[in-house]
Amino acid sequence: MILRIEQDHNRFKQIIRGRIKKDLKKYISSGELIGRRGKDYISIPLPQIRIPQFIYGPKQTGGVGQGEGAIGTVLGAGEVEGGKQEAGNQPGEHLLEVDISLDELAEMLGEELELPEIRPKGRKNIVSSRDRYTGISRYGPETLRHFKRTYKETLKRSISTGIYRPDNPILIPIRADKRYRSWKSAVMPQANAVIIYMMDVSGSMGEEQKEIVRIESFWIDTWLRHHYKGVEIRYIIHDAEAREVDRETFYHTRESGGTVISAAYKMCARMMELEYPSEEWNIYCLHFSDGDNWSQGDTEECVSLLKTQILPRVNLFCYGQVESPYGTGQFLVDLKEAYTEDERVALSKIENKEGVYQSIKDFLGRGR
Amino acid sequence: MANLSKNLQDLQEEIEGHARSYGLDFFPVLFELLDYRGLNQVAAFGGFPTRYPHWRFGMEYEYLQKSYSYGLSKIYEMVINNDPCYAYLLECNQIVDQKLVMAHVYAHCDFFKNNLAFSKTNRKMMDVMANHGTRIRRYMDAYGVEVVENFVDVCLSLENLIDPHSPFIVRDRPKDRDQPEDQRPQVRRMKSKSYMNDYVNPPQFIEAHKKKLEEEARRKKRFPEAPQRDILKFLIEHSPIENWQRDILSMIREESYYYAPQAQTKIMNEGWATYWHSKLMTEKVLTDAEVIDYADHHSGTLGGRSGRLNPYKLGVELFRNIEERWNKGRFGKEYDECEDLVERARWDRRTGLGREKIFEVRRHCTDVTFIDDYLTEDFCREHKLFIYDFNPKTGMYQISDREFKKVKQRLLFQLTNAGQPFIFVVDGNFRNKGELHLQHKYEGIELKHDYARDTLRNIQKIWGRPVNLDTTVDDKGRRITFDGEDFEEKDVTDKVA
Repeated sequence: MILRIEQDHNRFKQIIRGRIKKDLKKYISSGELIGRRGKDYISIPLPQIRIPQFIYGPKQTGGVGQGEGAIGTVLGAGEVEGGKQEAGNQPGEHLLEVDISLDELAEMLGEELELPEIRPKGRKNIVSSRDRYTGISRYGPETLRHFKRTYKETLKRSISTGIYRPDNPILIPIRADKRYRSWKSAVMPQANAVIIYMMDVSGSMGEEQKEIVRIESFWIDTWLRHHYKGVEIRYIIHDAEAREVDRETFYHTRESGGTVISAAYKMCARMMELEYPSEEWNIYCLHFSDGDNWSQGDTEECVSLLKTQILPRVNLFCYGQVESPYGTGQFLVDLKEAYTEDERVALSKIENKEGVYQSIKDFLGRGR
Repeated sequence: MANLSKNLQDLQEEIEGHARSYGLDFFPVLFELLDYRGLNQVAAFGGFPTRYPHWRFGMEYEYLQKSYSYGLSKIYEMVINNDPCYAYLLECNQIVDQKLVMAHVYAHCDFFKNNLAFSKTNRKMMDVMANHGTRIRRYMDAYGVEVVENFVDVCLSLENLIDPHSPFIVRDRPKDRDQPEDQRPQVRRMKSKSYMNDYVNPPQFIEAHKKKLEEEARRKKRFPEAPQRDILKFLIEHSPIENWQRDILSMIREESYYYAPQAQTKIMNEGWATYWHSKLMTEKVLTDAEVIDYADHHSGTLGGRSGRLNPYKLGVELFRNIEERWNKGRFGKEYDECEDLVERARWDRRTGLGREKIFEVRRHCTDVTFIDDYLTEDFCREHKLFIYDFNPKTGMYQISDREFKKVKQRLLFQLTNAGQPFIFVVDGNFRNKGELHLQHKYEGIELKHDYARDTLRNIQKIWGRPVNLDTTVDDKGRRITFDGEDFEEKDVTDKVA
């Protein structure tokens, strides 16, 4: 049944979308949304839209309450806000949680940042089918017989025909009682894009820098997931050495060692070589660092690794340099020198959270 | 309508009979069974499934739906003031809850029918709302959804600018109109002998009276004659808007007047319904097996976070208190002047007027007079009422006093005008330039400033010419002006009182 309210509800949602879009810039640079991500939806807290009226300011109002407590007893900061006021006809300030799908969010992001659609390479939408045993059938091989169901059927039949004796409960299944597990072929979209995140976790990368990386990667994930059916994500952290970690570790590790970027690039190259043949995969490599490499020699090695091993395989290689009080930022300068012309390379300098907006544009603005 | 199962129909019949036997007097009640989505829909529409289309109902629905699915809140009952009275039951409720709700509804309905504040409300509101819906939809077809919706937004921003008492005031008495314009009223002189004239008609008196008449004549030239609280009416009558806009504005106004008595009698109405559901349930309807569940849900209605005042609880306790006082004769001069605490506590004259008294109270009072007349010091102490204030130093709300007078005053203040500020239109030709001049009657609490500005912007959209609002900010008079493009704020010397 369709309710009449749906019309108003949809209108309201439309208005909300407009608001989110308007404030998207704010949302992009704050990490607020990351924790609110479900499987397909993200819930965004919005203040309820109030139609302005002549009303009293809230703070001076105070009110009347009931209960124990001496004079001066604290009732709490927001707790009594509504208070006796509710006897009036003013609803309290509600916070709305609005669900919007990640796809929709990606579309908004695309519109806001004027991002071009990605043109995937390789085979598009690779799918594979897999059999799953989810059904029940009356026929099948004995090896797939479902004991419990068969038992139940036998019991039902025995009772209804009056054969069943409670004092001598022997059940003999006949052909018609038997139930078998059966399978269905499910079409599974197979991942055909992979994002490899690399991050410098040396001592000079602080919490704030990592937060920026986190926010930025959230939006990049959202955008890429919007374009590819399945996306695999790998995480590599490095200081003087590189290792692959899970998501949690990626964002929460802090090492104290120095920085040898080539270690991460080597690992990344090996990963691609072994697991992600470039003719089948759309590969995105993103590296975040504060741009302070151990030595100029290592930087040269990085440049050559990029040239020979990484760039030929990837759709896009992004390097985001997060401003930190300790870094010199030399690495970005070096990369710029080497790759100003290459459209597979996107370089960006992120000075603070507000910089995330521009940086996403730099990274994804190429439509690759 | 009326899709009740046989079982519920029988219950309705039974409860209706009990309610009648206690003397409750109500419109016929039509119950409808809804699932939670349906009930949330009706609640979002403010009780009427036939409202005009507007996103704000969708917003309310979204909120109710979310709170319901997170288990934060659940609407038990919904009843609307109409003849017949429509009431909604939640399908998934247990039978004991349905009983409670039905009993509650009959009392509400009795209140709607008999309380004087409701006496001027339209009892065919269901139809009126449907008509409003049709008209607004038609305007949307004619002028575009967004255009109409934006205008409705503007109107809703002004919907509280009405005078809830005005339905009871007879204005524009015909005899005032009959008087010809040129015939100025003269000061009446008493007949006297010439030598007595100065004593019978003292010159200073004559002079004062003359001034008064002149003042009155001047006032008549003013526009409006006297400050007017029903700003919506003023705007409908005098602003240069198109007819469809005028129509929408008057629909919004009509709906505001319909809802106003509910805001004026929240405590009483809920108290009355709670009083009666508890009486009907415990004396007549409950079966043994249902007692625990009933007690649980009843206490849920009356409970609440500590420190908060629950209108259901305050209302029902006050009704019970009145009933007890009039049953025992605890009223009148003799009782009030008795200072012997022991005797007061033992006071029982067996007057037995309680039941009669509460019926009388439910007929004549609104929340303001209910509290003013019947909230006693004993009651205040017994129920541990206090006032709290915001402490800007700590950023917290703190209990600030328990003194009876202050508690009562604060409570009354909050109930006055349903907790809304008083705004008047004082001049429709301000500065002799057709500007609108509004005045906020300051009573110690400032307006929410950003809202006030946005509201002013909306009034300007209707009035067309610049609009001015005199209010008080930081204890100083402040005039906010919006001319259609920019805001201007400046201090005005005299505080607006």
